[in-house]
Amino acid sequence: MTPLPASALADAAKALWDLSLVRGLAWSVFIVLLVITPMALMSIWLERRLSGKMQARIGPNRVGPQGLLQTLADGVKLLAKENLVPTGADRALFHLAPIIVFVAAFGMYAALPWGPSTAWASPSNIAVGVLFVLAVGSLEAIGVIMAGWASNNKWALLGTMRVAAQVVSYEVPLGICALVPVLSAGTLNVQEMTLQQTGGFWHWGIFWAFPGNLVAFVVFFWAALANLKRAPFDLPEAESELVAGFHTEYSGMAFSIFFLAEYAGMFVLSGVAAALWLGGWDTGIPGLDLAVKAREAIAADAAGWVVAWNLVGAAVMAFKAMVLVAVMMWLRWTLPRLRVDQVMRLCWKFFLPISLLCLVWAAAWVAADVPWMRGAR
Amino acid sequence: MIQRVRDLRDVRTDELVVNMGPQHPATHGVLRVVVKTDGEVVLDLQPHVGNLHRCKERIGENLLYGQFMPYTDRMDYLASMNNELCYAIAVERLIGVDPPERTQYIRVCMAELNRIASHLMSVGTYGLDMGAITPFLYAFREREVALDLMEEVSGGRMLYHYIRIGGVALDLPEGWTDRCRALMTEMDRRIGQYNTLLTWNRIFIERTAGVGVLDRDTAFDWGITGPALRAAGVDWDVRRDEPYTVYPHLRFVVPVGHGTPEGEEVGVLGDCWHRHWIRMLEMEQAVSLVRQCLDTIDSLPRPAAPEEISAKIPRLLRPAAGEVYFRAENPRGELAFYLQSDGSTNPWRLRCRGPSFSNIAVLGAISKGHLLADLVAIIGSIDIVLGEVDR
Repeated sequence: MTPLPASALADAAKALWDLSLVRGLAWSVFIVLLVITPMALMSIWLERRLSGKMQARIGPNRVGPQGLLQTLADGVKLLAKENLVPTGADRALFHLAPIIVFVAAFGMYAALPWGPSTAWASPSNIAVGVLFVLAVGSLEAIGVIMAGWASNNKWALLGTMRVAAQVVSYEVPLGICALVPVLSAGTLNVQEMTLQQTGGFWHWGIFWAFPGNLVAFVVFFWAALANLKRAPFDLPEAESELVAGFHTEYSGMAFSIFFLAEYAGMFVLSGVAAALWLGGWDTGIPGLDLAVKAREAIAADAAGWVVAWNLVGAAVMAFKAMVLVAVMMWLRWTLPRLRVDQVMRLCWKFFLPISLLCLVWAAAWVAADVPWMRGAR
Repeated sequence: MIQRVRDLRDVRTDELVVNMGPQHPATHGVLRVVVKTDGEVVLDLQPHVGNLHRCKERIGENLLYGQFMPYTDRMDYLASMNNELCYAIAVERLIGVDPPERTQYIRVCMAELNRIASHLMSVGTYGLDMGAITPFLYAFREREVALDLMEEVSGGRMLYHYIRIGGVALDLPEGWTDRCRALMTEMDRRIGQYNTLLTWNRIFIERTAGVGVLDRDTAFDWGITGPALRAAGVDWDVRRDEPYTVYPHLRFVVPVGHGTPEGEEVGVLGDCWHRHWIRMLEMEQAVSLVRQCLDTIDSLPRPAAPEEISAKIPRLLRPAAGEVYFRAENPRGELAFYLQSDGSTNPWRLRCRGPSFSNIAVLGAISKGHLLADLVAIIGSIDIVLGEVDR
C-alpha cells in the first residue's frame, strides 16, 4: 500500500476543518482553556471582592494583586484534596455528574460571537445558535440531578427534587424569552443577530418591538438566575435549609468543578443576554461601529487593524457580560431566598404569561412589518 | 415491566425521615430535629435536645454561691450579662443585700447592651436562615462594637463574669459612657437600615408572614416567654410587671404584636414575621434604656474607693435556710433561678428555668404541615441558644 501523498493528507485535514463541527470543537477547546476558565476565575474573584465591599469587609486581597490569584490558589488546594465518594453512592453517576455539568456550562460558549469578523471571532457560527445555547444549557440540569441522586444523601436528594422542579420549569420562560428577539431579528444565528444591532445603541435588541424585547430581556435575566440556581432562587443548594443541596457530598476537585461551572454558566448566560439584547460586541457608539471599522480595515488590507477591532469587540462583549454578572452578584448579596412554592408560582403565574405576551407582541410587530420597529435591518 | 398508572392511588410514595442536625447549619448549634417529611412537607417532627448538657444545676449545688456565676455565662452565651444579672439578684434576695444605686444602673446598662447584642445576633442569623447573607454581616458590625464595649469593662467578649453578687467586678473605665453613647447613636441609624433590608423586604415578608403561627393559647400551653410570647399578642414583660433592680425608674414600652391590619404590621399575629418584628422594636427600646442608664451613671458620683462599687458582703456566703425564686426578662424570654439554702456555703438545690428550653418545645406544635424551608424559618424565629436549652 503506497503512502498517501502529503497533499492528500492536507486536503483531508482541510476538509475536516471546513466541517463546522470540527472547527467549532477546536474553537471550543481553545476558548475553554484560554478564555472561559480565566473568565470564570475572574467572576469568582469579582464575586468575592464585590460581596466584601457590600458587606463592610475586605475579601481576599493577599494572593496576587488585589487577591486576583486567590481563586487559583484555592483551586490548587482543592486539587490536593481527596475526592470522597460516600458509601452507597452510585460511583459511575457520582463521577459523571460534574463532568456533564462542566461540559454543559462550557459548551454554551461555542455559540457566543466575540467580534465583527465572523470567520474567527465567531468561527463555530452555529446557524441555530440560540437553540444550541438552550439545548446545551439544559443538559446541566441532568448533571445536577445525577449528582444529587447518586450521592445517597437525603439532603442532596431534596436538593435534587428542587432542581428538577425549578430548573426544568424555568427553562420554559427562558426559552420563550430568547425566542422574542429571534422573532424580531428573523434568525437564530447569534452573530447575525448581533450584526443587526450595530449602528448605534438605539438599534440594540432591547428596543426591538418595544417594549416586547425589553420585558423579555428582564424576564430572561430573572429566569437565567433561577436556571443558574443563583439567589434569590438558590434553593437547590440552600445552605441554611439543605446543608449544601445537591453537592453536599462532593469534595475536592469535583466540588470545584461544580463551583466553576456555576460561574461559567453565569458568564455565558449573561453573554447570551448581552448578545441578544444589548448589542453583543457592538459598542453602541454611533461613530465607532466595529462592523464598519473591520470592513474598512479589510478593504484597506490592514490585518493588524482587523485583529484590533475584533479584540475591542471581545472586550466590549466581556464587559457587558461582566456587568450583568455583577448585577447577579448584587442581587445575591441583597435578597433573601424564596420558598419552593413561591419559586414555582413566580414561574408559572408570572414569568410564563409575561414571556408569552412578549412573544405575541413581537410576532405582531413582525406581522405588521413596519421597518423602523425592527432596528437596522 | 412498565406498570400503567391508572389512578394516583397506585403511585406509592414514601415518607422520608431526615435528621436535621446536630450538625445542620440552620439549627443554631447542636439541636437535632428528626423530621418526617412527605417530599418537602413536614408531617411530624421531634426535637432532640441534650447534646450540650453539662449538668449545670448539679455543679451549682457543689459550688459556693459566687463560684457558680461564671457557669451562668455559659448557659445563654449570647446574653451572658443578663444571665449574670438574674443569678446575682436571686442570690442577693436570698441573703438580703442591695448593691449601691450607681452599680445597679451599671448592671442594667450592661444587661440592656447585651440585649442589643443578642438581638442583633438573632436578627442577623435570621436573615441568614432566610438566605440573606448581608444583613447578618451588618448586624455583626454593630455587635462587634457592643462586644468591644463589654470587653472593655470585663476583659471577655462573650463570657464576662462582670456582674457579681452584691455588685460588679470593677467600675466603668474613663470615657466608657461616651463610647457607649456613640454606639447608641449609630444604632438609631442602623435599626432603620436593618428594617429596610430585612423586615420590609418583600421576599422576607413572603417567607415569614403567616408562617409558624403561635397563637395566644398555644403560647400559654407551652410556657412560651419573651419576644415569641409578645409576638402572640400577650402583653407581658417581667421587667415591667414584676420589676427588679432599677427598671421601675426607667421609661420604656413593651412592644406587643397587635395583628391589626392598620398600623405597621403584616402577616398574622404570632407568626415568624411578628417574632422578628418584636425583636426589632425591643432593640429600639433597649437603646433608649441604655441611654437612660448612661445618663444616670454619669450624674451619680464614682465611689470613693474602688471596692465600694459593690455592696459589702461576707467573703463566704452562708445564707440562712430558705428559698428564693427569681425570674428576669432575658432576650429570649424568662430566665429564672430557684435557690434553696440549708444554711451551708453552697445551695442545697439550684434550679434554673431557661426560656430557650421551653420555647423550643413548641416547635412540633406549630410547624406541622409547613415546608422544610418554613421549618428553618420557625426555628430561627423562636431564636434558641442551645447552651441554654441543654444547660
